[in-house]
Amino acid sequence: MAHPADRFLQLGTLDALAGGASPIHRLDPRAKVLAVAGLVVAVASFGRFEVAALLPYALFPAVLLTLGAIPGGYILRRMLAALPFVLALGLLNPVLDRAPMLQLGPVTVSAGWLSLASILVRFALTVGTALLLVATTPFHQVCMALEKLGLPRVFALQLAFLYRYAFVLAAETARLVRARSLRAFGRRLSLGEFTGLAGGLLLRTWDRAQRIHTAMLARAFTGDFQPREPLAWNSRDTLFTLGWLGLFAALRWARLPQLLGQLAGGAQ
Amino acid sequence: MHMADALISPEIGGLLWLVSGAALVRSARAVAAEPGGARTPLTGVLGAFVFAVQMLNFAIPGTGSSGHLGGAMLLAVLLGPHAALLTMASVLVVQAFFFADGGLLALGCNIFNLGVLPVFLAYPLVYRPLAGAQGRRRGPAAFAAAVAGLALGAVAVALETRFSGISALPLRAFLMALVPIHLAIGLVEGAATLALLRFLAQARPELFHGPRTSWRAVTLVAVLALAAGGVLSWAASRNPDGLEWAVAKVAGTLPSAGGTVHAGLDRAQKGAALLPEYGFRDRGAAEPTRLETSLSGVVGGALTLALVAGAALLLKRRRSA
Repeated sequence: MAHPADRFLQLGTLDALAGGASPIHRLDPRAKVLAVAGLVVAVASFGRFEVAALLPYALFPAVLLTLGAIPGGYILRRMLAALPFVLALGLLNPVLDRAPMLQLGPVTVSAGWLSLASILVRFALTVGTALLLVATTPFHQVCMALEKLGLPRVFALQLAFLYRYAFVLAAETARLVRARSLRAFGRRLSLGEFTGLAGGLLLRTWDRAQRIHTAMLARAFTGDFQPREPLAWNSRDTLFTLGWLGLFAALRWARLPQLLGQLAGGAQ
Repeated sequence: MHMADALISPEIGGLLWLVSGAALVRSARAVAAEPGGARTPLTGVLGAFVFAVQMLNFAIPGTGSSGHLGGAMLLAVLLGPHAALLTMASVLVVQAFFFADGGLLALGCNIFNLGVLPVFLAYPLVYRPLAGAQGRRRGPAAFAAAVAGLALGAVAVALETRFSGISALPLRAFLMALVPIHLAIGLVEGAATLALLRFLAQARPELFHGPRTSWRAVTLVAVLALAAGGVLSWAASRNPDGLEWAVAKVAGTLPSAGGTVHAGLDRAQKGAALLPEYGFRDRGAAEPTRLETSLSGVVGGALTLALVAGAALLLKRRRSA
C-alpha cells in the first residue's frame, strides 16, 4: 500500500477537480457538509444485515457525480485503493456467521454473506460521498463550513493549514527520498539515517512554519479565516439541504426497494 | 491500527465521537488561550510534517520489515498535549476524508485511540514523571510513553470492537493478538521518537521549553474513560441484552460539549434510533415472513439501482445538451 504522503502527491487531481464551476461547486459548502453528514448518519443507523434499503441512498453521490461533472473512474480508483482493508475485516463474517438468513429461489444466503454485502454497500456510499464532497468543494471551504457549523476555529484553521502544507512537504520529502535512493544503491534506510533525514526535515519545517506565521502576522492575520469571497447562503442552498435531509429521513422509514419489489411482484 | 467503520456499531461510534469531540473542544480552548495566541500556522505545518515523515520507511534491525514514525508522542513533547491532540486529530481527519483510513463513523474512535490516549494518558502519566524536572531523561521517557500509548490504543481497539458486538471474535483472543503486535510497533515508534529527540536536543536545544501538563484535562479524560468502561462492563456482565440500553444511557448523560455539530448528530441519530439488532447469539431462526419478503427486497433493490442510474443518465444528458 502506498504511504500517506505518496498518496498525498496523487491528490493533485482531486484538488484540481474541487476548483470546478458546476452547480454543485457553486453551492454553499455548509449545505454540502450538512447533506453528507446526514447521509453518513442515515446509512450508519441501519441494521447490519440491511442491504436493499441502503441502495436508494446511491442517488445522492450519483447526483453529485453527474451535476458536479466529476470523472467517475477517478473516484472509483480512489475508492478501490481503500477497499482491501475493508475486505480484510469483512471477509471473516461469512466464516464466523453461517446462519441461513435469506432465501433466493434455490440459493440460501447466510447471515455472514449478508453482513459482508452490507459492509461493502456502506463503504461505497460513505467513502464515495466523502470523496465527492472534497472533489466538489475546495478543502479550505470545507474547513470554513465546519467552523461556521460549530467546529472550534483553531481546529478548523489547523485542518486548512495541514492540507495546504501537506502538498509542499510531501513534494519536499519525495525529493529527499529520491536523492538518497540514487546514492544508496538499493540499501534500506537505517534508523540512524532516518534520524538525520527526518530531523533535518523537522528543523526546516519548523523554520518554514515560523516564517509563514511571521509573514501572515505582517499581513494582518488575526487567527481567523479571511476568505476572498465570504460564504453566502441563499435559497438554493436551503432547498438542497432540506431536500436531501428530508429524502434521507424518508428513505430511513419508507423502504423504497421493498415497495418497488412488492409492486413488481404484484404485477406478475 | 485504525479502527474501521466495519467493526463498530453506531452507538460506540457516536459515544467516542462525543468523548473525542469534548477533548478536542477543550484542547482548542486551551490552545487559543495560550499567551501570544494560537500557534496554528506552526501546528498546521507540523501536521503536514507527520504526513511527510511517514514516507521515510526505515529498516527494523533483525527483521525483514520496516517501520515509520506515528508522531503522537513526538508532538506531545515538542508542542504540549493540547496542540499535539489538535495536530494528531487533524491528521486523522484528513486521512479519513481523503484516504478512507478507518472511515467517518470510526473517526471518533481513531482520534481517541491514536490521539487522546497517548497525549492525555501516556504523556502525563508516563512521560512527565520519567522525564525529570529539567527534562534530563527526555528521550527514555518519551520511549516508554510511546510504548505505553500504543499499548493503550490496542486495548481500546479491542474493547471498542467487543462492545460494538459486530465482530464475533472473543475479547481475550483479540487482546492476545492485538497487544503484543502493538507493543512491538510501540518499540519501533519509541526508538524513532527517542532518536529524533536526541537529534533535536543537540541541533536545536531551545526548541524544548517544557509546557506544563494540565492535570484537570488528565482527570477529565481518565474519569470519562473509566465511567464509560465501567458502565459498559457492568451492563455487559449483568445483562447481555442491555448493551444498547446502557450505551444510550451513557450517551444521554455525557456532557455534550462537542458543540452544535456533535449535539446535532447525536440528536439525529437518536431520532432515527430504531436500534438495529446486534449480536450473533441473540438472533433466532429467521422468521418465515422475512424469507418471503426477501426476494421482493432483492428485486426492489435492482429496480432502485436502475432508477438511480437512469436519473444520473438523464442529468448527464441534460448537462451535456
